[in-house]
Amino acid sequence: MKIIQLLEGLGKVDRRIIFLLVFLAVLIPMFVSKTGQIRPEEPVKQAYAAVDRLKPGDVLMVSIDYDATSEPELKPMLEAILYQAFQKNLKVVMTGQLALGLPLGQISLDKVVNDLKEKHGIVKEYGVDYINLGYRPGYVSVILAIGREIRDLFQSDYQSKPINQFPIMEKIHNYDDIGLILVLAHGATIDTWVQYANGRFGVKIIAGLTAISAPDAYVYLNAGQLSGLIGGLAGAAQYETLVGVPGGGTRGMPAQSWSHILIIILVIIGNAGYFITKYLGGK
Amino acid sequence: MAQIIGTWFAAFLTLAILSFLYKDNPIYKAAEHLYVGASAAYAVIYVYFFDVKPLLLERFANSPVLERWLLVIPGFMGLLMLTRFIPKYAYISRIPISFTVGMGAGLGITAAFQGFLIPQLQSTLIPIVVWSTNGFQLMDTINNIIMVVGVLCTLTYFYFSKPHTGILGHSAKLGIVYIMVAFGAAFGYTFMARVSLLIGRVYFLVHDWLALV
Repeated sequence: MKIIQLLEGLGKVDRRIIFLLVFLAVLIPMFVSKTGQIRPEEPVKQAYAAVDRLKPGDVLMVSIDYDATSEPELKPMLEAILYQAFQKNLKVVMTGQLALGLPLGQISLDKVVNDLKEKHGIVKEYGVDYINLGYRPGYVSVILAIGREIRDLFQSDYQSKPINQFPIMEKIHNYDDIGLILVLAHGATIDTWVQYANGRFGVKIIAGLTAISAPDAYVYLNAGQLSGLIGGLAGAAQYETLVGVPGGGTRGMPAQSWSHILIIILVIIGNAGYFITKYLGGK
Repeated sequence: MAQIIGTWFAAFLTLAILSFLYKDNPIYKAAEHLYVGASAAYAVIYVYFFDVKPLLLERFANSPVLERWLLVIPGFMGLLMLTRFIPKYAYISRIPISFTVGMGAGLGITAAFQGFLIPQLQSTLIPIVVWSTNGFQLMDTINNIIMVVGVLCTLTYFYFSKPHTGILGHSAKLGIVYIMVAFGAAFGYTFMARVSLLIGRVYFLVHDWLALV
């Protein structure tokens, strides 16, 4: 009977205790645990290879389709890919489908450009090597308009400067001039990018998605509609490993691992408790 | 100095939001309202200065006569949408809403076929037994069988024109197993996403704010 009482007690444990346990599982590894070996998975390798196949001078369009609520997962992906793109001398054109994502994308751009200059002596110039076109509302219309002429909607950059004054935009008019699109999204915009930009215009897309959105995108990867997929913080860590620039993703892995172990234990205890209580209680 | 104030303010707001996990409280509500208000204000200002002003107002002022009057149509439709704020005339807003729904449906149907249904059908039409120049491919064969069986069984689960008995019943039950596996994967990924956000905030607190790591 004591076992039943104990298990029943576990079933009624205050949820705040579970919150506290998860908090500790995240906090403690930050001080004591080291990141183990990270093995990149095939979808992440495909994304890396898609960027790597571009030639110097090719255009990588980056769409920031997330805001602060998903930044911890997607920012590490963005920064790792920007490192790779700038080191390969790709031209980066940033845009976004969320107004609140615009400053986040610009902060990462500035950080990577400054890091490359200070640590590697690689100088990247705004308007020549990269540009931020900003955000325009009505994302289906935006994706379709870029297929026709980018200037139909983006006549100025995020600082209201006319884009025609920037050398980078001289030869960029529509998807024909874009080598690859990177969509960093925390919602359904990846469906729209795939269905319109890839389905209608045939442009290649890689996606960096939050862990919640990633499972739904595997069907696109399987069908060849995506050229690569980076899912969640684990995907970000794998991409950082491939690029050789450890960042937020790699740093978060110990906490991620320990919190997952905790939840697995809790799920096992919960289920064992349920079945044992049911079995013993029935006797 | 500005950065220090910003970091302390962000830390306060983070703790204010996390305090909801203990109990709903006025500090949490204040932080939540601040977030909603600031986000809405930012979006309104941004849309006006980067969309309405350059693409409607300035283009109207600088365009040739014909294009200028064409711009009146979307501008007028936009104004009609605002009648929703006047209960007596709110019905007028149905006109631009109808236009948007019609356009969305038209675009959505073509996109669904061209960008989703046909590519997904193509990706399911795969050989059950895989042979390549290197001979029989066991793992690819197993993967393809799992996928094709999964598609067929899941589809039969959603076939309601006949009772789920006999072969159809067995197939539908296997379909449930596939759906449950998908739900389990989604749950695992969801937990990973939520913990990632917590990691981001905790790292901000112990690194940027308290400088402990």
